[in-house]
Amino acid sequence: MASKPTFSEEISNLLYAAHGNPIQTCVQCGTCAGTCPVAPFMDQTPRRLIGLIQADMKAEVLASNTYWFCASCYHCTVRCPKGIDIAGLMYALKRYSMWKGTYREGLVGPVFSETFVKTILAGGRSYEPVLAPSYMFSFGLREFLQEAQTATGLMLKGRLPILPPRIKRLEGFKRVVDRVIPRGGAS
Amino acid sequence: MKTYALFPGCSLEKIAQSYMSSALETTSRVGITLKELEDWNCCGATAYFHVDELLAYTLSARNLAMAEKDGLDVVAPCAACFKNMYFTSKYLKADPDLAEHINYALEQDGLQFAGTSAVRHLLEVFAEDVDPQALQAAITNPLKGLRVVPYYGCQVVRPRKDHENVEQPQFFESLLTAIGATPVDFPEKTRCCGGSLVITSRQAALNLVRDLLQSAVDREAAVIATACPMCQVNLECYQQQVNQEFGTHLSVPVMYFTQIIGLAMGVTPKRLGIGLELVSTTPIAAFAEGLAESAK
Repeated sequence: MASKPTFSEEISNLLYAAHGNPIQTCVQCGTCAGTCPVAPFMDQTPRRLIGLIQADMKAEVLASNTYWFCASCYHCTVRCPKGIDIAGLMYALKRYSMWKGTYREGLVGPVFSETFVKTILAGGRSYEPVLAPSYMFSFGLREFLQEAQTATGLMLKGRLPILPPRIKRLEGFKRVVDRVIPRGGAS
Repeated sequence: MKTYALFPGCSLEKIAQSYMSSALETTSRVGITLKELEDWNCCGATAYFHVDELLAYTLSARNLAMAEKDGLDVVAPCAACFKNMYFTSKYLKADPDLAEHINYALEQDGLQFAGTSAVRHLLEVFAEDVDPQALQAAITNPLKGLRVVPYYGCQVVRPRKDHENVEQPQFFESLLTAIGATPVDFPEKTRCCGGSLVITSRQAALNLVRDLLQSAVDREAAVIATACPMCQVNLECYQQQVNQEFGTHLSVPVMYFTQIIGLAMGVTPKRLGIGLELVSTTPIAAFAEGLAESAK
């Protein structure tokens, strides 16, 4: 009977595609946690998260906000003495949690990323006003007003687009996308 | 004379339009032509890699293939666009199966990726590709005494590409010295501004921004020079929110490095997009003007 891969193996295989050494080589030195500028805001430091994966503590890993707080600054990756691509691991965990639909409720990251991708697939380029609803509703009144103030300032300076940009060969672009990821009738 | 394919990226169209105008103004004065890549698409930013890696590589490969068609190396002024394009090119060249799969898709738009165009960040172009003598000749108003933070941010220098010094890069400092300015010794020069966390994890990002701005104040910097639209927007446009959130009174000008080079070249502030900021950069433009006046 074929044996089911452990959670640790499953995640390591995701990471294997991401160019670094397998997480099993981690020695728990904590260089990543000491380097990460966002670590104080994460519920698990990167070091602890890797420890949880190694211990196959799947539920704890999937309940964590750590990877959605990663800003992709790659500081941990360049400093890891074992050559693990930790930022790559965070990306892999983001994809895993989106794929399985297991990300923690209330996180803005997954919704924002999904909206961003849809925007690009529709027009070929990013367009800020369409992205705003994916995060504005998560804000409290104070944050909402502050954000609106910033947006108004940028608008007055002519730094926000009025119309969504579109690339010219949009049909060709969509056919390219359909060939890597068939989207059925979605396009 | 060298011509590059310019990949502006979505930010340079509007929110970072001053980066665009100052890039064109300054490169043209040192014998470099930036030819905008026709019909470029978004690089995918970080969001695309959250959803699908293969699609993210495909998006960048389409842009690279179009630059190859023109036979030009690519320059990206945005750090995130640069990182995505640089590593897409590197990974596709190292993995023929991946390249074949993506080329099968690109066929649909009459394109093919071969990996013949080099990918450069605009800061590297100024620091390494521009002839130092041509740069010296174009600097008519050396910015003597202007204390500038060389803020590299993340993705210009990371991930590591080869054996370069990712902990203590020096090329930004050298460039600032070459235009007569004084680079500020800034320990946080490669520390993250928070990137898109300003949207998805606001509190975390505002903390990072505050720390960077406070350090610039502590080191008596006149201005922070950035090489990325994300850094510029976070440090500048969110400065007011930082002040509201933490009760600080920060007012630190944050400019694209090309705007500062432009001032050293005697370009008028308007042509460099100066005046579109939410935190005034007038003191910096006035300082440059003062130097030019006293040299007369």
